[in-house]
Amino acid sequence: MNDTTGLGDDVQLITLDVNGTSHEVITAPRRTLVDVLRHDLGLTGTHVGCEHGICGACTVLVDGLPARACLMFAAQAEGARIATVESLADSGTGTGTGELSDLQRAFTAHHGLQCGFCTPGFLMLAQGFLAERPEATKEDIREVVAANLCRCTGYQTIVEAIDACATARRSQRAAGAEEDSCN
Amino acid sequence: MKPAPFRYHRARDVEGATALLAELSDEAKVIAGGQSLVAMMNFRLARPGHLVDITGLRELDHLGVGADGGLRIGALTTHHTVETAPADRLGAGFGVIRDAMRWIGHLPIRTRGTVGGSLAHADATAEWCLLALLLDAELVAHGPRGRRHIPAGEFFFGYYTTALDPDEILVEIVFPRPAPHAALTEFAERRGDFAIVSAAVDLAVDGGDIHGGRVALGGVDAMPVRVPAAEAVLADGGSFRDCAEVAASAVDPPSDGGGSADYRKHLIRNLIERACEEAMSR
Repeated sequence: MNDTTGLGDDVQLITLDVNGTSHEVITAPRRTLVDVLRHDLGLTGTHVGCEHGICGACTVLVDGLPARACLMFAAQAEGARIATVESLADSGTGTGTGELSDLQRAFTAHHGLQCGFCTPGFLMLAQGFLAERPEATKEDIREVVAANLCRCTGYQTIVEAIDACATARRSQRAAGAEEDSCN
Repeated sequence: MKPAPFRYHRARDVEGATALLAELSDEAKVIAGGQSLVAMMNFRLARPGHLVDITGLRELDHLGVGADGGLRIGALTTHHTVETAPADRLGAGFGVIRDAMRWIGHLPIRTRGTVGGSLAHADATAEWCLLALLLDAELVAHGPRGRRHIPAGEFFFGYYTTALDPDEILVEIVFPRPAPHAALTEFAERRGDFAIVSAAVDLAVDGGDIHGGRVALGGVDAMPVRVPAAEAVLADGGSFRDCAEVAASAVDPPSDGGGSADYRKHLIRNLIERACEEAMSR
């Protein structure tokens, strides 16, 4: 799809589905997804750390699965559903109350962050992981958080936050199932 | 860092992709999951003038056991798809492949990285390269001159170098037969890092007795290698420990930042024995 804009070889028009909203972006092919999210769409919640896939600060969801936004060109994300950290809180759509999600509240309650630089990446990693593996054990969580770097917490509080969120979701589902069976 | 400028081409079919590669010659690189290539481009270790994106070729994203009992995996299949494949699609006797996936990077890498990309990139410690060699896989390449099947034993030439021509793309890998008593294990200093040494074995077991087997190692040479001397120990009814000892003596691993040659031999002794025990207990 080179030069579909007629604006020259180095520019392309792409359409990205980010947090349920469609965006048209004119950009250079070498622009990574994380740079387009931050610079073109102004979604600065996603952070940029190492830019080579090691630190995980830029983790977003691509079709529901966690992925490194620094290791994808934005053009490669066309046709996929992208979700960033801005989608978690109720205000993500611009019409909500601004209430943080259960996962975000668990990070607050368990002090799962200190400086906060890595937090958006950990949140999206956990969000995607728990969606696929709601039954994950603390050991599973411990293994999955090795994907991202945190230099403040020593990981213990991050693991506890994700585990607490997973446990609460499981008991909510169990309570819901019980209620359903009573009705 | 940011990658150098390039032109981006989105392939619509396999023929189009290979025609474009032939036209652009060595200025072009194929991109699929990009989990190695984009990192190298961000470092400017790679500066291709053109990228041919094949991720739209959904016909290359498939996994299943054919009528001949072989497991066929499309080049665009992600590690995560293999890792989470239901048992009926993966087929009995291919559990070693599914279980090896957890050694590949981390979850957010496995969701994007592809089987074909890993094989074509040919990192010396890549799990897919080791599995291909161990299990006698065939790699199917498509180019302007048609399709050819390349045995894994003839595919890897050295560090990041394969038998693929610049205008060919890898379309499929075929594991010809089940390997019910096979296992892969490895050691890295931190979960998800590149292995310092990886070891894989495929035991021929009949009625609880071992009649032989294949032994392969990663991280000891420029590409994964089989260790015939260690295989001979298995064929002669030797113990797993003896097999591991012989393997460690038979190879000449490098000393580098990952570890000394002696350290690698120490890892080989432990990992081969562990892989044999895991394979036997399947």
